[in-house]
Amino acid sequence: MMIASCCRRALLGVSLGVCFGALAALPANAQQITFVSQGGAYQKAQTVAILDPSAKKLGITINQDSIPDAWPAIKSQVASGKPTWDVVDVPTGYCLRGGEQGLLEKLDFSKLPNAAAMPEAYRSPYSVAYEFYSSVLAYSEKKFSAGAAPNSWADFWDVKKFPGRRALRNHPIATLEAALMADGVAPDKLYPLDVDRAFKKLEEIKPNITVWWTSGAQSAQLLNDGEVDMVMAWNGRVSALTKEGAKVAYTYNQGILQSTSLCILKDAPNLATAVRFLNEAVDPVHQANLPLHIDYGPANPKAFDTGVIKPERVAQLPSAPENAAKQALMSYAWWSSPAGEAAEKRWVGFMQR
Amino acid sequence: MSSPVQDLSVLHQRREQRLMLALALPALLVILLLVVLPVGWLAWQSVYHNGFTLENYRRIWSEDIYWRSFALTFQISLLVTLLSLLLGYPIAYAASIAPKRWGIIILALVVLPFWTSVLVRAYAWLALLQRTGVINQVLRQVGVIDEPLALVHNTFGTVVATLHILLPFMVLPLYATMQQIPRDLMQAGASLGAGPMLTFWRIFLPLSLPGVLAGCTLVFVLTLGFYITPELLGGGRTIMISMLVSRNVELYDQWGAASAVGVVLLVAVGLIFFAVSRFIPLDRVLGQK
Repeated sequence: MMIASCCRRALLGVSLGVCFGALAALPANAQQITFVSQGGAYQKAQTVAILDPSAKKLGITINQDSIPDAWPAIKSQVASGKPTWDVVDVPTGYCLRGGEQGLLEKLDFSKLPNAAAMPEAYRSPYSVAYEFYSSVLAYSEKKFSAGAAPNSWADFWDVKKFPGRRALRNHPIATLEAALMADGVAPDKLYPLDVDRAFKKLEEIKPNITVWWTSGAQSAQLLNDGEVDMVMAWNGRVSALTKEGAKVAYTYNQGILQSTSLCILKDAPNLATAVRFLNEAVDPVHQANLPLHIDYGPANPKAFDTGVIKPERVAQLPSAPENAAKQALMSYAWWSSPAGEAAEKRWVGFMQR
Repeated sequence: MSSPVQDLSVLHQRREQRLMLALALPALLVILLLVVLPVGWLAWQSVYHNGFTLENYRRIWSEDIYWRSFALTFQISLLVTLLSLLLGYPIAYAASIAPKRWGIIILALVVLPFWTSVLVRAYAWLALLQRTGVINQVLRQVGVIDEPLALVHNTFGTVVATLHILLPFMVLPLYATMQQIPRDLMQAGASLGAGPMLTFWRIFLPLSLPGVLAGCTLVFVLTLGFYITPELLGGGRTIMISMLVSRNVELYDQWGAASAVGVVLLVAVGLIFFAVSRFIPLDRVLGQK
């Protein structure tokens, strides 16, 4: 889990070369695909919950590969005209961007009944959501007792009522959403983001932000060491701390629900098998198995009807209907629109001032 | 001297030169393959994307985030260079005048941190400098401070950790130069009536200048490219130029946007050295044996 969420975005330049080659020759008659995710505990959990059962059910071989940031590799593989990967699990924004740039296969949802049954907001013409995580408000229980803990972004911004040191992510995605909710925008009325308003609100809290964190590991360390008293962090990071016995907690209230999605590379070597796998990967039962191995929520809401996940476990998952209702669903479509890209470009300027 | 002898020595010299060239050839090839070609390719990418374009440079020219980051990067580099000179010179001096065994121990202590990775050392500094870190706790218990000092997640923490990582690059060239300074020169100075301060100032210091220049150059240039340290210890506010390079890959989706930043940095460093060489005869100082 540590590695998985630390690599959610942009740990750049680490290991682009790791994954090329090696996967060339296998007998052509056996159906197979190459599936790529982000490695670590996250990929291991998928292997047990989703990949192995899918391979067995479909009678195919799933070759796995992992890379922290797949985006540059997707680009160069497709540009070469002979990609070696078939299906990738990447932050949903990359699927949208890849679709726009012609790097991905357009999906035919008539061949993907499992995906077609999922909420429309969970898919795009090029991708299907695969799992959910959430950017939540986490805090130290040593500093705030259960009854008097910050419970909304307005509380996070309220330095008088909730004195203490704070950290936010050094990235506009989810941070601008939090700022707008702190300013009173309802979670379901965020998009299109009022970027000026969000940055104005962020200016307000900026003097009170001790650290702008860059990696998920850092956000957890800051909270665990008491370096900050509250932080926006990914739910899996915080729950990992609580499992180790740290006095920290988080709320899903006004969390920002984010996802990774599956998409298929343009001219993938095993296109037909890849489509079959894609459908199988979001099968409600496989999806329900995922949270038994890691603190991420299934992307297919039907997973919660399978009875595989126990009620007390359901309550901990970001995409559980009750928790999802309290949160804002990240619009990757907005973030990959020109307005979203412009907002992303403003970030460094904001940090420097 | 008769001319045949001269011819023979010239011939001999030529042969030696050729041998040296042959020996250096593999290294030159490696440099060509691993440095010149990639840098050239990156420079090409920065001006060519579906046709010739100066867009990447126009952006750097017109957006002030780049100016701020360049300015900050050069400030930090200069600061780290000066501080490492101030700290490194006495260390190198002590190592060079100490009895041989002690000199080796001092140098070993300087080089020892090399054995741990930059990443580990960054985290070690975090453990020392943060609010709940060792230094703040000690200071609080002793009663020097009431509130923890902000020693990290800012430029201060970045400079401290960078300095620590780069100090050996200052000490080693200094030591190498100082060791070659003949001790009898100082004795000669003393015999002519100069005190220790004067002999140091008039004889030792000028003779150690090549080491100073080499150390400063190394540290300055290496600091310019620092990435992990400011990223981990800068708290997000210390945005050095290398961080903009990585961000541009992410943001603009093409190598050119990032490599243009690198090219500008390379040119800026080149210009700085050119300007410096107008005032200080670098080749003569560094070429001194």
